[in-house]
Amino acid sequence: MSTQAPRQGLGEWLRSEQPASRNQARLGQIWRTWVLFTGNRLGMIGLGIVVLLVLVAVFANVIAPYDPVLGGDLRTERLLPPSMAHLMGTDDLARDIFSRVVHGARLTLMVVALVAIIATPIGLLVGTVSGYFGGWVDTVLMRITDIFLAFPRLILALAFVAALGPGIENAIIAIAITSWPPYARLARAETLTIRNAEHIDAIRLQGASSPRIIWGHVVPLCLSSVIIRVTLDMAGIILTAAGLGFLGLGAQPPQPEWGAMIAGGRRFIIDYWWVATMPGIAIFTVSLGFNLLGDGLRDVLDPKADK
Amino acid sequence: MSTTPALAEGRTSALPAFLGKVSRLVATIAVTIFGLLVVTFLIGRVVPVDPVLAVVGDRASQSTYDKAFVELGLDRPLYVQFGLYVKKAVTGDFGESLLTKKPIIDDIARAFPATLELATVAILIGTLLGVPVGVWAAVRQGKLVDQVVRIIGLMGYSAPIFWLGLLGLLVFYAKWGIVAGPGRIDISYEYAFTPTTGLFLLDTAMQGQWGAFRNVVSHIALPASLLAYYSMAYIARMTRSFMLNELAQEYVVTARVKGVAEWRIIWVHALRNAAVPLVTVITLSYASLLEGSVLTETVFAWPGLGQYLTNSLQNADMNAVLGGTLLIGIIFVGLNLLSDFLYTLLDPRVRRRT
Repeated sequence: MSTQAPRQGLGEWLRSEQPASRNQARLGQIWRTWVLFTGNRLGMIGLGIVVLLVLVAVFANVIAPYDPVLGGDLRTERLLPPSMAHLMGTDDLARDIFSRVVHGARLTLMVVALVAIIATPIGLLVGTVSGYFGGWVDTVLMRITDIFLAFPRLILALAFVAALGPGIENAIIAIAITSWPPYARLARAETLTIRNAEHIDAIRLQGASSPRIIWGHVVPLCLSSVIIRVTLDMAGIILTAAGLGFLGLGAQPPQPEWGAMIAGGRRFIIDYWWVATMPGIAIFTVSLGFNLLGDGLRDVLDPKADK
Repeated sequence: MSTTPALAEGRTSALPAFLGKVSRLVATIAVTIFGLLVVTFLIGRVVPVDPVLAVVGDRASQSTYDKAFVELGLDRPLYVQFGLYVKKAVTGDFGESLLTKKPIIDDIARAFPATLELATVAILIGTLLGVPVGVWAAVRQGKLVDQVVRIIGLMGYSAPIFWLGLLGLLVFYAKWGIVAGPGRIDISYEYAFTPTTGLFLLDTAMQGQWGAFRNVVSHIALPASLLAYYSMAYIARMTRSFMLNELAQEYVVTARVKGVAEWRIIWVHALRNAAVPLVTVITLSYASLLEGSVLTETVFAWPGLGQYLTNSLQNADMNAVLGGTLLIGIIFVGLNLLSDFLYTLLDPRVRRRT
């Protein structure tokens, strides 16, 4: 009877024990997860930081008081300490560091998003195909995955950037190429448990082709655990990108990339500490945010892992 | 007590099983190293638009270019090129470095001890601090100590290592002057001893050069502590998780009922069982220190493998980059296998199953 009540609150609709439609069931599930997640204080702080990063990146033009690339007067405005006019001081080219950090949020967000968009499908595809078919396909694909895992991530990314040439696009490609193997492993493990489920047998008996089964019925079931893993990895992606930038292999000047900014301030570290310190604080805050968010998500969605 | 029949039987049948395991292990190593060779070959020859330019740099003259073109075997089909590459790599010939004009294998052999020394000191500090801290956090689960350890760990996962290194130099070297600056040793001590092993701590101590020894210690203190912090964060977190697992077991309750002292239950009974998976964790984190050292060595001007790699990169010295990458990959594989092996050695359950 309750489902027919004309004026039903949204909360009640979401909490319904008898969802009337598939969408209601899904939204209800998301709602319950969200309620659990809001109880996790550190996770909420992480979410707050990530939301802040997105907002800063979107409104960078509004927030930044100065131009991130063009500096001020080179005679009077070089290497000024933090003050009200320049919240984080200025660098050796008289550029406002706060404005550069704010614009750097865009680059960081772009790197994280693009790596996730490139690496996740590769990992999902390799993992599900490998797990679904088994046999020699599995052996070959997993060997390839193992070989990529055998290289330390930063070193392999370095070698790729060396071959492709420095630049932020190539850094993104290199990080994506080195990021997918763990996702493939995870997707394969999930597929192995799904493969022999009865609903997959039922679809197969209806005559569905293998690509259709993998894409339509296996991938959606693997997606959530892979997405959690990607979130947990995002801090690592940010640190790798910053490391490449620091070595001069990521974003090129005058782009306001945080790692490259630290490298730029390195020469003045002893007398003008703020030039290298401020972008570091930005990297630290953002990767801490992603770490807290990932930990919180894992606590909520996968209570078994890592007590 | 005499040997039980079951145990004796286990011993006699263990040998063929062990041999089978060894042969499978050798096959795995061979396939993985072959794969490493394929990947480095592809990065060096196929990914760059012009592999010759990637090797000789864009300022090379036409004659150098032509010479390199033939030397790389680019006039021959790809599989022949790969065959040549493997043949050379197996004999340790990765070509010559553009920078030093010496064979790359010699350069690497000279740089490697510096990295090894740094990583070893770091893993020792990291283990000696990380394990007790992790045990402590597990015993006081949910209490203040546990929270503090968790936060310190999270900060370690989030801070860029090169940034912390710079701040460390700023505070401990420039401001307070309690450690020495970048480099491995002051130039005044550099010729006070002969570097026989290349591990300066060992060399100076063996030759009784205590002045030089103290200098080396004050140089290595900061970069090693920094790397140690990262491995400590990881080791403490894993120790905590393993210990929580062990402390929930029934044998702990039994020991308590028998009246065994609490410290003995924790440090002898539980930690001994947690130590088995912990060995894997420590080995893997030792391997990752070799990776972390790329950025640390750049910051601290530490003349190791990481700095060699980045210097070569900045000078577009592709052969050196690939040689270094391949070597680090092989060390990585080796340490992974070592951790598997130690696991089998330490855990009687795994040993019997094979």
